[in-house]
Amino acid sequence: MSTAYNVIGTRPPRHDGADKVTGRAIYGADVQMAGLVHGAVVRSPHAHARIKRVDTSKAAAFPGVMAVVTADDFPQTPDRIVDLGEGETPLSYVRGNVLAKDKVLYEGHAIAAVAANSAHAAEQAARLIEIEYDVLPCVLNVTDAMAAGAPALHKESNVTDHVRHAMGDSDSAFASAAVLIEREFKTATVHQGYIEPHAATALWNNDGRVQVWCSTQGAFVVRDVVACLLDLPVSRVKVTPTEIGGGFGGKIPVYIEPVAALLSKKCGRPVRIVMTRREVFEGSGPTPGSLVRVKIGADASGKFVAAQAYLAYEAGAYPGGMVGAGAMCVFAAYDIPNQTIDGYDVLVNKPSTAAYRAPGAPNAAFATESVVDEIARELKIDPIELRLRNAAKEGTRRADGPKFKKIGCVEVLEAMKAHAHYAAPLGEPSHAEAKRGRGVAIGYWFNIGFASSCVISVNADGTANLIEGSTDIGGSRTSIAMQAAEVLGIPVEKLNPSVVDTDTIGYTAVTGGSRTTFATGWAAHDAAQDVVAQMKARAAKLWEVADVSFAQGVFRAGDRSMTFAELAARLSETGGPVVGQGSVNPRGAGGSFAGVIVDVEVDTETGKTTIVRFTSVQDAGRAIHPSYVEGQMQGGSVQGIGWALNEEYWMSDGGRMMNASLLDYRMPTILDVPPIDTVIVEVPNPSHPFGVRGVGEANIVPPTPAIANAIHDALGVRLRKLPMNPPSIVAALA
Amino acid sequence: MTLNGEPVEFLAEPRQTLLECLRDTLHLTGTKEGCGDGNCGSCCVTLDGNLVTSCLVLGVEAQGRSVTTIEGIARGNDLHPLQKAFIEHAALQCGICTPGFIVAAKALLDAEPAADEERIRLWLANNLCRCTGYDKIVRAVQAAAKEMR
Amino acid sequence: MLQMKPFEYIAASSVDDAVRALGSRADARVLAGGTDLIVQLKSGRREAELVVDVKRIPELTAIAMDADGLRLGAAAACIHIAANRDVRTHYPALAEVAALIGGTAIQGRASIGGNLCNAAPSADAVPLLIALSARARVAGPDGRREIAVEDFCIAPGKNALAPGEFLVDVFIPKPASGTRAKYLRFIPRNEMDIAVAGVGVAATVVDGKITMARLALASVAPTPLFVREVGGALEGQAPSAALIEQAAALAQAAARPISDMRAPADYRRHICGVLSRRALSAVLG
Repeated sequence: MSTAYNVIGTRPPRHDGADKVTGRAIYGADVQMAGLVHGAVVRSPHAHARIKRVDTSKAAAFPGVMAVVTADDFPQTPDRIVDLGEGETPLSYVRGNVLAKDKVLYEGHAIAAVAANSAHAAEQAARLIEIEYDVLPCVLNVTDAMAAGAPALHKESNVTDHVRHAMGDSDSAFASAAVLIEREFKTATVHQGYIEPHAATALWNNDGRVQVWCSTQGAFVVRDVVACLLDLPVSRVKVTPTEIGGGFGGKIPVYIEPVAALLSKKCGRPVRIVMTRREVFEGSGPTPGSLVRVKIGADASGKFVAAQAYLAYEAGAYPGGMVGAGAMCVFAAYDIPNQTIDGYDVLVNKPSTAAYRAPGAPNAAFATESVVDEIARELKIDPIELRLRNAAKEGTRRADGPKFKKIGCVEVLEAMKAHAHYAAPLGEPSHAEAKRGRGVAIGYWFNIGFASSCVISVNADGTANLIEGSTDIGGSRTSIAMQAAEVLGIPVEKLNPSVVDTDTIGYTAVTGGSRTTFATGWAAHDAAQDVVAQMKARAAKLWEVADVSFAQGVFRAGDRSMTFAELAARLSETGGPVVGQGSVNPRGAGGSFAGVIVDVEVDTETGKTTIVRFTSVQDAGRAIHPSYVEGQMQGGSVQGIGWALNEEYWMSDGGRMMNASLLDYRMPTILDVPPIDTVIVEVPNPSHPFGVRGVGEANIVPPTPAIANAIHDALGVRLRKLPMNPPSIVAALA
Repeated sequence: MTLNGEPVEFLAEPRQTLLECLRDTLHLTGTKEGCGDGNCGSCCVTLDGNLVTSCLVLGVEAQGRSVTTIEGIARGNDLHPLQKAFIEHAALQCGICTPGFIVAAKALLDAEPAADEERIRLWLANNLCRCTGYDKIVRAVQAAAKEMR
Repeated sequence: MLQMKPFEYIAASSVDDAVRALGSRADARVLAGGTDLIVQLKSGRREAELVVDVKRIPELTAIAMDADGLRLGAAAACIHIAANRDVRTHYPALAEVAALIGGTAIQGRASIGGNLCNAAPSADAVPLLIALSARARVAGPDGRREIAVEDFCIAPGKNALAPGEFLVDVFIPKPASGTRAKYLRFIPRNEMDIAVAGVGVAATVVDGKITMARLALASVAPTPLFVREVGGALEGQAPSAALIEQAAALAQAAARPISDMRAPADYRRHICGVLSRRALSAVLG
């Protein structure tokens, strides 16, 4: 489909490849500088407690200690509503999550921090901080938190928001349904599981400027949060994003950067804080556990006539969880005329939740796609065929308002139906106690736009430097540069992309929401067009003509022509360097649909599920770099497999996470997954210059229900609670 | 000890891990810390040819021994076939686990040039990657194995 | 990064040297592969004033086979045990278990001696060592002695070593002709996981009759659990499916697991029965 392009759709090596395979790339914890000292954070051992007293005197006196800070060290600016890149929220909540003041709301909640001349000394001193608590009862799931008389985290009710979307009249439409299925589902709290722990270094300089080097999905979010909490103008905070070792949404929130800055202010030295893995699990934001009820009615032909959803999602310790997105996505794959969707944002004594790849959508799709599978069985309609009969198309209205533009839901389903996997025999189980089954599911994520900036400077040798503000978590330097190269008509190797600090490029929102290749790529496209326009003017000047055309990297006027490189060599004589810029804040993010076909084998005695074959299908709009699109699909698929089968926050009754290690959290290893087959569908997004939709997220939505449907196919029992681990399968079979 | 083929001397407190010595004392930050308890493989190095997680080795244990880190895999400016294959096959996304995977895969292919997919997966099961779903890592190691044979 | 508290370090060069060093401090710890000890020192679960590295003592890393049996140096790394020709020929189940502990990079350091001394209920090697009638040979201020492996672990994280004593090697008698052994464990992942339950069995069948059978369990009691009654039920009998079921039921009944983040107790008990039947079928089938 990409034959019209020279660069887009090819698979060039990434610009940062050599740095990353040789160990030279500098990640968050790799930052070194003269005079660096080490910070350690003191965290709550209780899930819910009033802080009665904090005594830092012994820590401050410990040899090697240079500074100790608590929440009292923040400027006590009055509370107000702020928007720091993640929606509106009271400043006191942002500040309270970074360092707790009166109350701790989850185990791992930061309370104080120490800086010392060695990491050893910092950690030992941190243990000497004495904190007296008044331990309070805690609530760890939405049911308990919503119950009458439940211990309240903030105000009287733990329900902090109720979203409702409705269209048509679902109650009366259910009456006409031939089949009506209503089920309840639960999903566990899970973590993004990035391999690099959070790491930040801050220097409060003698001129009052603060510099931060950190591993983040959004350097400008860090800048804005640090400035806000320290009561500084944003121009006095400079954030340099390091390479980032995974994020998946979990490195959008800011935790340690303001603390490192406060410590630096006190000791006058650069301070580095690196979380331990336990701190990552307990002190950063997981994605919510949830309780979801879905009811769908269909007529005898399989047409869905009405649907209702009740979604209660954990917000964690502060309001503003993922339920809004869940409510947008729960029925988005289908054209259902009558819908009612209720979503509740519920406080619990767990870390404040954070985004995780299509945040909120997998919880909802687990329910919807399991119910759709039941309807297909009830009506004896092929599950892909049933979905095709109801698939959302251009013009379909979602219950939350928008009407779809051109989307690829049908095309994804058609590709699944046509795939050899769907027709292939299941194969014989590997032993007598094993059974096999196949499941399918689809999922939706809306993707986001948001602001991005890009600057391109042309070099005299025909190459160009591209600077941008989107941290590169999976090859986006290259997928962005490819879009500029396409416009400039030069090979992508001639572009030299850099991700720069917040002083050097215009505001750029987070690497998240599947927006980077879409929006920053768009900014690169615009910057490249700006370069072309300026260079056309230079050619016109040289040739003394009015009109110059440009195509395939060649400037032409009449019978005269010059390549991009030839003209680049003559910029200085025609008026000086050419610098192009692009800045966008697009609204036209095109939603992406993804589908999964999965074969499982379940050992009926041990309850262990093995993924035998897995096919992921996704609409990329336009695959700029197909290898990276496949990589996103494969990565999201395997995270979905982990979510489905084993991952969970396993909490004690007192609210302590008992499996806060990479040993016991049980993310999939390379031995736990089969090859992940991928099919890229391209239904170009009409709102993007190259048709890009963004592919980072939708792929994690269908795996959990597809696996649940496959387990049902194998065993005849339905698992409606995640994770579907061996004990729960044995219990379901008993 | 011998580090990437060259003799080095440094002082270490007994409580410092080899990982800490490599990163903080010798400033070789290519070896990463993902968990600190041997469960992610990001800190893989070889110690006298054996693959180990350097977070679970004391720096003092390495006295007189030979250590190879990710910084010692390329020959001068020439990338090792595994390094080339990881780039060509898009076997890295964020890249934080990549040094560990390359060191581990090299230890395998040095010992067993004919390792098949099953063997590769078994050998690399000590290394976690959260971005790629592992598929392209397996392809890259297979391609490098072919190239090396 | 998790930091260890300060300690001193000695690399002992001989057994006597190690005995002297261990006697010099109340809180001295032996370092073999370090895959348990260093994790524990980081987390604060164990503390040490002195760490005595025993890997430079030749006896401690030796893997030696003679007519009587196999001597497995306490610090021999799993990767070398799994690759050793004698181990693979005469103790294939032991080679398998050495390749099961942790992943590759852990096996480059972890030792079966360490697995035993750490005395975790979930230790993968210990049920098999019990089944194989292995003996722990220890040295200390009062000289050397032997402890049957089934008596070696006395509580979670506690072993039968007296102050100043340490494990030199594990002796595994040469199995009688007709002996087969197996260790099976259940983990939710396929690698890098702690046994939810594990079963080690060894049995000798001569002329269609079981002349010896030993079974031990992992992760279902405070220590690796030797289930003597399984031997009693099997010995003297001809192997059959019914007999195996009966023995597996005995093993399951002996299990007294707890519920924790790794699995609920009733599930562990259930798995114990499944694995016992499968392991017994493997050696008797």
